[in-house]
Amino acid sequence: MNVLSLIFLQLINGLQSGSIYALVALGYSMVYGVILLLNFAHGDVIMVGAYMVYYSITMFGFHPVTSMLLAVAACTLLGVLVEKVAYTPLRSAPRLSLLITAIGVSFLLENGAQLLFGADAKRVESLINGAFRIGEAQISYTAVVTIGVMVLSMVLLTLLVRRTKLGKAMRAVSEDMSAAQLMGASLNMTIMFTFAVGSALAGIGSVLYVCAYNQASPTMGSMLGLKAFVAAVLGGIGSIPGAMIGGLAIGLLEALVSAVGLSGWKDAAVFAILIIVLLVKPTGILGKRTQEKV
Amino acid sequence: MKKTNASSSGTGPIRLSMPLRYGINTVLLLALWGLFALLLSSGVITNYWQGIFVTVGINIILAVSLNIATGYLGQLPLGHAGFMAVGAYAGGIFMKATPMAGLLKSGNTAATVPYILAALVISALVAGIFGLIIGIPALRLKGDYLAIITLGFGEIIRVVLTNIDSVLGFKFTYGAAGLMRIPKFSGFHLVFICVVICCFFTHTMIKSRHGRAVLSIRENEIAAESVGVNTTYSKTMAFVLSAMMAGIAGCLYAGYLGSLYPSTFKFMKSIEILVMVVLGGMGSMLGSILSATVLTVLPEMLRSVEDYRMVAYSLALVLMMIFRPKGLLGSYDFSMSRVLEKALNWLLRPGSRRKRKADTTETAEGGSDHE
Repeated sequence: MNVLSLIFLQLINGLQSGSIYALVALGYSMVYGVILLLNFAHGDVIMVGAYMVYYSITMFGFHPVTSMLLAVAACTLLGVLVEKVAYTPLRSAPRLSLLITAIGVSFLLENGAQLLFGADAKRVESLINGAFRIGEAQISYTAVVTIGVMVLSMVLLTLLVRRTKLGKAMRAVSEDMSAAQLMGASLNMTIMFTFAVGSALAGIGSVLYVCAYNQASPTMGSMLGLKAFVAAVLGGIGSIPGAMIGGLAIGLLEALVSAVGLSGWKDAAVFAILIIVLLVKPTGILGKRTQEKV
Repeated sequence: MKKTNASSSGTGPIRLSMPLRYGINTVLLLALWGLFALLLSSGVITNYWQGIFVTVGINIILAVSLNIATGYLGQLPLGHAGFMAVGAYAGGIFMKATPMAGLLKSGNTAATVPYILAALVISALVAGIFGLIIGIPALRLKGDYLAIITLGFGEIIRVVLTNIDSVLGFKFTYGAAGLMRIPKFSGFHLVFICVVICCFFTHTMIKSRHGRAVLSIRENEIAAESVGVNTTYSKTMAFVLSAMMAGIAGCLYAGYLGSLYPSTFKFMKSIEILVMVVLGGMGSMLGSILSATVLTVLPEMLRSVEDYRMVAYSLALVLMMIFRPKGLLGSYDFSMSRVLEKALNWLLRPGSRRKRKADTTETAEGGSDHE
């Protein structure tokens, strides 16, 4: 294989994993935008989605499309449930308490899954098979579908946020919570909706993850979630196109680091990016600057 | 009893003078140590339990050190395991380079002391340097961002420990295979002394001018800055101290287990330490000590439900935040002297109790370094 097609292949690989990061990053970004919470549990919602796919296909023999929809529904429900049970009682609590709760929920999901599903990784049959060639590079349909679904989700989400009433409420709440309430936006409803949309996107991400890596394990969500958060910060937290750019950038960076033979340093590279971004431009690529008030 | 040294003459409430307070605490600590030593030598405490006590001690140092950054400074670093790892590897690599193993084998305890001291100092310094390197950029951020950046640094430390050998070209940390055959120098007595020193140091630091500055930053950083507290300095100092103590705990850990693996110091470890601090009460040293003890001893006694341990931890964390966000003890701190004062007043100055109520703002000194 010549160098050009090798680069092309790595590019596609990077875009594929980057698309998953982007979808997950959106959930972080939206939730952070609305209630300023770093929702640690978001990564683990993906894990639950992946297990949903696994069990519905291998145990119940559902059609892959049905199981995908089930996974997205399960993630949405879980996201809303977590918000209702763990975060709503803490609406007026200090940020630190909320953050610790999020960590607690994340670990509860992770360890609960370990207890329920076992600590070992479960193998999921490939949902999308086949590949085609461009030049010498073999590109799987999974990669194409992943990138396509990500772009489609972004477009739909942008429309949702820009054109619908709930989207308007979301933007209003993230701008100023109390003013939005005065203008008639229902706070609980809006926040719940934000969590639902974010978790649904995580559900789509989990299906794509399973398609790409064919496995589900209890701890898969934590690293994926953290890297997606890095992507959200890199792109500018609270920004939809930012999350997409950040996700793709992180995916490409990982592919690049692996391609030069340093796959052991992959995680370190991602976190190094995070640290650089936070120090140089904490608002990220597309983020808005906010002034701290006394 | 000790009424002779009580200050303030005549009818006022009895106050214990500072030297007397320290004296009482020293005596109590020595008595506790003597009790443990007696039980150890007479065989009442088995080797198995001695091991648990050592782990308890290490966890106490970890919890107390994280409490400086979380409870007193009000930040949420999530990379504490990273500092512990740095300290552990620094101490472990240093100990392997010394003739420590031979000395331990020959039973020459006196000759090992300088090496142990050197290892502890090296661990604390190396972890402190890392704390400084990480703290200076990290402390420019707040809240979630600080949490996530320290988490990132912690993960980077682990990745570096795993992969550094291939870059250096020689065996340094032995990567994922683990650093083996570290001389086992941590015993009950060493850990006990370290716990006491760390707790005493933290306590006096927090009661000092620097400590008050740290506390004021927790309450309101902008207000603290406006009354002349050098917030950057105080934050960095607290963070570095916290890292140094974690390094000491790491060193003791290395000397207790004899082998180190980078996978021990995952994000999970940082969370375990955080759980101890949060459950005990952020800003309460007694809380950290108690919850570190309980959360170490309890799983040992409940070996059969080991699988549920982390589930219970995380559930406890969530429930605690919802129902009692300040932790079990809040910021309450135990003070032996205060209890003694109360008892003496109750016994000898029945009339002064109401009067004492008026100056409850006065916080008691001493005593919380009592295990």
